Amino acid sequence: MEQSLAEKFYYFMKLGRVFELRAKEEYMKGNIGGFLHLAIGEEAVHVGATIAFDKGDIFVHYRDHVYALAKGINPKYLMAELFGKKTGISKGKGGSMHFYEPSLNFYGGNAIVGAHIPHSVGMAYARKYKGENTGVLVAFGDGATNAGNFYESLNLASLWKLPILFLCENNYYAIGTRIDKASAITDLYLKAKPYMLSKQIDGMDVFEVYKAVREAKEYIQEESKPYFIEAITYRYEPHSMSDAGNYRSARELEIAKSKDPIEKLKNSGLLSESYIKYIDNLVEKEIEEVVEFAKNSPEPENIELYTDVLCEVCKNVLP
Amino acid sequence: MFYREALNLAMDEIMEEDSSVVILGEDVGFYGGNYRVTEGLYAKYGEKRVIDTPIAENSIVGVAIGMALGGLRPIAEIMTANFAMLAMDQIVNNMAKLRYMSGGKIVLPMVVRMPQGVVKQLASQHSQSLESLFASIPGLRVFTASDCITAYHGLKTAIKLDDPVIFLEHTLLYFEKFDLPKDSYYNPFKARVLKEGKDITIFSYLKMVHDVLKVVDKIEKTLNVSAEVIDVGSLNPLDLETLTNSVKKTKRFVVVEENPKHGGFGAHIVSSVLEECFYNLDAPPLRIAGEDVPIPYNRKLELLAIPTPEKIYSKIVEWGKQNGL
Ligand SMILES: Cc1ncc(C[n+]2csc(CCOP(=O)(O)OP(=O)(O)O)c2C)c(N)n1
Repeated sequence: MEQSLAEKFYYFMKLGRVFELRAKEEYMKGNIGGFLHLAIGEEAVHVGATIAFDKGDIFVHYRDHVYALAKGINPKYLMAELFGKKTGISKGKGGSMHFYEPSLNFYGGNAIVGAHIPHSVGMAYARKYKGENTGVLVAFGDGATNAGNFYESLNLASLWKLPILFLCENNYYAIGTRIDKASAITDLYLKAKPYMLSKQIDGMDVFEVYKAVREAKEYIQEESKPYFIEAITYRYEPHSMSDAGNYRSARELEIAKSKDPIEKLKNSGLLSESYIKYIDNLVEKEIEEVVEFAKNSPEPENIELYTDVLCEVCKNVLP
Repeated sequence: MFYREALNLAMDEIMEEDSSVVILGEDVGFYGGNYRVTEGLYAKYGEKRVIDTPIAENSIVGVAIGMALGGLRPIAEIMTANFAMLAMDQIVNNMAKLRYMSGGKIVLPMVVRMPQGVVKQLASQHSQSLESLFASIPGLRVFTASDCITAYHGLKTAIKLDDPVIFLEHTLLYFEKFDLPKDSYYNPFKARVLKEGKDITIFSYLKMVHDVLKVVDKIEKTLNVSAEVIDVGSLNPLDLETLTNSVKKTKRFVVVEENPKHGGFGAHIVSSVLEECFYNLDAPPLRIAGEDVPIPYNRKLELLAIPTPEKIYSKIVEWGKQNGL
């Protein structure tokens, strides 16, 4: 069991990393535009949590690539979305920050800091109302915990006893502002304590993330109550491709990278050399095909400008 | 019946037939709604379907979005449009855009209801017309209700529609009585011709419809004309066909709107109609709108800030005389 899980984690973490490194490359070449927020360094949180949460509904922020991959969305459609192509997961109309696949219980992908947190509360309400018990997970950054949306949602989730897991990725920075410059409380799990069970975990250890989310999931399902996890993590890349990232020292980055979640998993003794090699090869090849697919996909037709604004059946005037 | 009762009836009937319809908002449940629009529904459908929320407007709309994602059909009440300003992120960046950004994968069957308009001596933070803000956002339907027919049928359609709808009511209409004939029907996508005429078309919506109707006879007598009165109804989409057909017939038109003139919704009506009917016109269009000021507390100043029946009468008569009527 441990071993097969470890293998699964390794595949998705590696897939996420190679996908994003390749996206960065394609961005530099001008094949990808707009904002591109990479989660390199944070894979243990994104992969461990998503896999632990299996069938539940997941809402995430704009740093959504690795979550979407771990949720099982075909990487071809994700890369094609980054390329703005017709075959993209959102038909090329959403881009990096807007991956959605409701059929796989994945609801974005939201570019407004904290805006998706109340959505997850509404979803949890709807699930509970219908007697469905899969639970809702919402992930957000440390920066989002200083916004009104966050407190409004903690209050509602606790008041209404909703099965929802708040997953805070504390990577210490909101763009270039360090957490202690923006937050009066820097141990973020303390912010949730008055409302619900909450704890802090090591977000660089995929097993720890998986275990904590698994336990939390069981708790929210059984008790129908919310739960809060603060995962301590780090992003190696700048906030987005348009950020020079000069607010952190080389030394700080070096220390962070020494705790790399993928290396840590490799050193766990649970994966054979040959498996690692096999996956590394497989993923490189897979991403090669993914990029080819995105490159060769057609642009959306002009008519797509006007579709999906409102529902088609009630075009301006009904008979 | 009271306008508020027509809204209540629409929700009651739909909640009866569809258990996925829920209501949420401040004081909508136990208390029955600040304007008594949700009265009785809490007792009938229980606290799971008529949900009292804290004073957190952004979350009321945000949570409604999540409910719609989860297969419910929420009706969110924002106590007044003034407080919808706190929910503008959810309304503009989320409710209106999720469908488009997801390439059509996300469908949001939801309604945000709110009263707006200039009330009586509530001063500027509680008294204003904001329809032009909502109507300018692609991805939202914006319906207005001026009487029981539009309130009842318009709200029912809004709830059944798979689009996100902003449903605008007027605070001063809640305790007004209008007929709701059993055989009435109203399609909110169509502007309503309330009175036919040959020489002038007067467009208005919400409460201004009634202020126009109060003086239309007098205008007709003074100018010796016949006037067509149209309730524009839906602001987005705008039923331009009905609007232009009328103007092509009468060749003169007036827009009466309560919101400030600068950037007001009437500017959009005028320009849209002009694009189609410029050469049909016998007179420049006339806009009777609110003044470009926050609404004052003092009753005399307050009435100076918005159109009143007297002003509508005198401005149309003056304009008519200047233009050869
Ligand atoms: C409401 C809002 N304000 C500002 C921004 C610009 N912005 C985008 S990401 C970001 C920082 C968020 O930091 P955090 O929540 O810690 O998440 P991280 O990027 O570290 O994953 C800011 C300020 C935004 N998108 N939305």
